[in-house]
Amino acid sequence: MEEIKLRIKDLSVFFGKKQVLHQVNLNIPANKVTAIIGPSGCGKSTLLRSINRMNDFFEDVRIEGEIIFDGNNIYAEGVDPVTVRRRIGMVFQTPNPFPKSIFENVAYGLRIQGWKNKKAIEEQVVKSLQAAALWDEVKDRLHSSAFDLSGGQQQRLCIARAIAVEPEILLMDEPASALDPIATARVEELIRSLIKKYTIVLVTHNMQEAARASDYTAFLLLGKLIEFGPTNQIFTNPQKKETEDYLTGRFG
Amino acid sequence: MIEENNLKRRYLAQNIWFTIFWLSMILIAVVLGSILYFIFSRGVKVINWEFLTAAPRRGMTEGGIFPAIVGTLYLVLGSIVVSLPLGVFSAIYLTEYASPRHPALRAIRTAIHCLAGVPSVVFGLFGLAVFVKIFGFGVSVLSGSLTLGIMSLPVVITSVEEALKAVPLSFREASLALGANKWTTIWRVVLPSSLPGILTGLILSIGRVAGETAPIMFTAAVFYTRGLPQSPFDPVMALPYHIYGLITEGTRPDKQIPLAYGTAVVLILLVIAVDFIAIYWRGRARRSRKW
Repeated sequence: MEEIKLRIKDLSVFFGKKQVLHQVNLNIPANKVTAIIGPSGCGKSTLLRSINRMNDFFEDVRIEGEIIFDGNNIYAEGVDPVTVRRRIGMVFQTPNPFPKSIFENVAYGLRIQGWKNKKAIEEQVVKSLQAAALWDEVKDRLHSSAFDLSGGQQQRLCIARAIAVEPEILLMDEPASALDPIATARVEELIRSLIKKYTIVLVTHNMQEAARASDYTAFLLLGKLIEFGPTNQIFTNPQKKETEDYLTGRFG
Repeated sequence: MIEENNLKRRYLAQNIWFTIFWLSMILIAVVLGSILYFIFSRGVKVINWEFLTAAPRRGMTEGGIFPAIVGTLYLVLGSIVVSLPLGVFSAIYLTEYASPRHPALRAIRTAIHCLAGVPSVVFGLFGLAVFVKIFGFGVSVLSGSLTLGIMSLPVVITSVEEALKAVPLSFREASLALGANKWTTIWRVVLPSSLPGILTGLILSIGRVAGETAPIMFTAAVFYTRGLPQSPFDPVMALPYHIYGLITEGTRPDKQIPLAYGTAVVLILLVIAVDFIAIYWRGRARRSRKW
């Protein structure tokens, strides 16, 4: 078994009186893509957002259990969520570049961490855009608005922005759901190329995407983790009936 | 047949309503046009270089209105210095930090809306009691700016709040997910994105502040000053108050009433000019934002 990057232990999440996640236990392997699949409303996004404490912003959210990252529980008292988010990056469902130039979008994370050296920032921006497979398309217009890019390019820009600060884990919340098939293929290709450096957790409602892009798959239903294993096994030989029913399209 | 009648009736109703809308629009254009026409036709002939650059002479029957122009600009600037930071800061608190369900917050919002409805002369009395008397600033630019600034706070707060709320949640999430804290997010993403809306609030408040007479009557303005104010503690002449003075206190209406119209023209042009600067600025801020 590979090295484990992140351990989710007995994680339960409540919004008000409603319990959204029920004691989820999940180990995320390092330098792999772990897909979280399941029907809408099953808690995929909530689980993902728990990993970098993005649920903290909701009113009356209550979180029980632990998420162990680097030996420490990120929900332990005294842990600053900001430091967690610096090490665990996120890409959202709809591309959300800032209303700034392409360059400034990628440089944002560096600037807020206090990078001042112009040359170092420039180098890191170029490196990130190259890693996000966007460099060739934008190298001549780094200072034009990010909104001039197509949806697929914007999403790759958001990925470049997220990896510019070199997080250890990259969370992706249905990153291709707003994109056309060609842009989707490019983003999936990019995801595969990123695992050399990063551990990726990918939420998707698209089962083909999980099959194509991930190494491990977790199937979530009604807030419970039903099954977790190598993607190959989950798709060809699921152990649980619910997983099989979902994968064969008996419900969705 | 019934269908057809029905259709005809609906077209008739539509045409009647369109006509009503159109007439209202025309009526407003006519009213606006006639205001400008009457003011300009009576005022424009007294305007010349001397009128704009000299002080009044011979008991306000001759000379210009330069000190009043300067005084109004001072008061507008002073009130912005008071209301903009205070308004932006409290709007940030109300929209970004305060818990939306807190009952105190609703009370504060209601209070702000009520404040917007308070007659300006009441602000004038408040300024007289607090800034002029208790704080001892006297009748001065400072007292007037504070009074006008407080008067325009509701407009500034409300429009800044709207501007902040219009910034998509996804921008904030993107910034927070990169490890920015709340303040960094507000400073680097939310405020720049809401700049056009903030400027709109500023434009609205400038228009109101420049034209107000009542709040400065007891706090800042006098009919005549020797020269320009030398410090924030000096009283000033101001355009709206100058008009009021010429009309009510004049001894030579034949000479002073045209001067009052001339002053009104200058006041209108001044407000329009300041608005255009802010609108131009807002346009530049908007250009890079399409979402």
